[in-house]
Amino acid sequence: MGTSNHNKRSSSLIQGLGFGIIFGFLLQKGGVTHYDVIIGQLLLTDFTVVKIMLSAVLTGMIGIHIMKSMNWVTLHPKSGSIGKNVFGGLIFGAGFAVLGYCPGTIVGAIGNGHLDALTGGMIGILIGAGLFAEFYPGLRGGILKLGDYGNVTLPQILKINEWFVVVPVSILILLLLLWMEIAGL
Amino acid sequence: MDYFLDIRWSPYGVGIGIGILSWLSFLLAKKPIACSTSFAKTSGLIERLIRGSRVESKPYYQEIRLDVDWQWMLVAGIFIGASVSALLSGDFHWRWIPAAWESAFGDSTSLRIIAALVGGICLGFGARWADGCTSGHGISGTMQLVLSSWVSAISFFAGGISAAHILFKLIG
Repeated sequence: MGTSNHNKRSSSLIQGLGFGIIFGFLLQKGGVTHYDVIIGQLLLTDFTVVKIMLSAVLTGMIGIHIMKSMNWVTLHPKSGSIGKNVFGGLIFGAGFAVLGYCPGTIVGAIGNGHLDALTGGMIGILIGAGLFAEFYPGLRGGILKLGDYGNVTLPQILKINEWFVVVPVSILILLLLLWMEIAGL
Repeated sequence: MDYFLDIRWSPYGVGIGIGILSWLSFLLAKKPIACSTSFAKTSGLIERLIRGSRVESKPYYQEIRLDVDWQWMLVAGIFIGASVSALLSGDFHWRWIPAAWESAFGDSTSLRIIAALVGGICLGFGARWADGCTSGHGISGTMQLVLSSWVSAISFFAGGISAAHILFKLIG
């Protein structure tokens, strides 16, 4: 029993590493392990980050909802609130602009040889995460609960079949990508 | 095989690849691709090394648990995958200061390191506050059409675009 749990844990860890290697390879090939590309997106001069994200969301959304209809997968929605997602998101965004990497791409940036990511950036993220753990007891009952909406999905809020959201969102993403190409962004 | 030696792939190709990787992670690992919790675990694990096991009793670490798990290994894998890709294409270079930073703020290494440190603190703090980052909320959550992830992703970019403009247009 102990051995089988141990094997299960080992194979889960190896699988995670494999997913990460492919993810990191793709991020580097996409150019988003570079500060210049990320900051170009935030300054609205280089749309690589948004193009990658939107095509990932489009592909992923359609596939996952097909697999969900066939009962192959279940969703893993995170619960949230205005206090959590808006305030946390804005703090994150400010850090994103000053650092020029996000938690996933900074690890890729280190693999790419960026020493600002390895030193200041990495140490900063670890300090920031540790500070949050320190302040968490004071935040969790207050601002993190402000405007709580739980782990709802957009189809659940609109009380419609999920395909009535998947299809329009897909069309919207395609139109946005098309517009970026036409506008030469 | 020449394809693997290219410096850049089309962003659409990369995005579709990440989308397909997400199908596989839902199907095989039964969890979405995400990164930032692993930084909180690492931070806690380092603190535990210094201050001992009482660190584990902090309420936040009780929730996320201080262990090396699937997602932690995924983050480690990103380092390997990005290194392999950069080395194959010759895009690997040791650099302290990115070009876009240097042209706006000069070639002081210490200024760049301090900015990266301050930015990193906000990023790490904000990612835990929002309960996710550009991958967990921005890609994996939005594709599941989760409200908290759409609100977060919009806030990430609203904050990021505003801060980048203030930094580069007003200060730089």
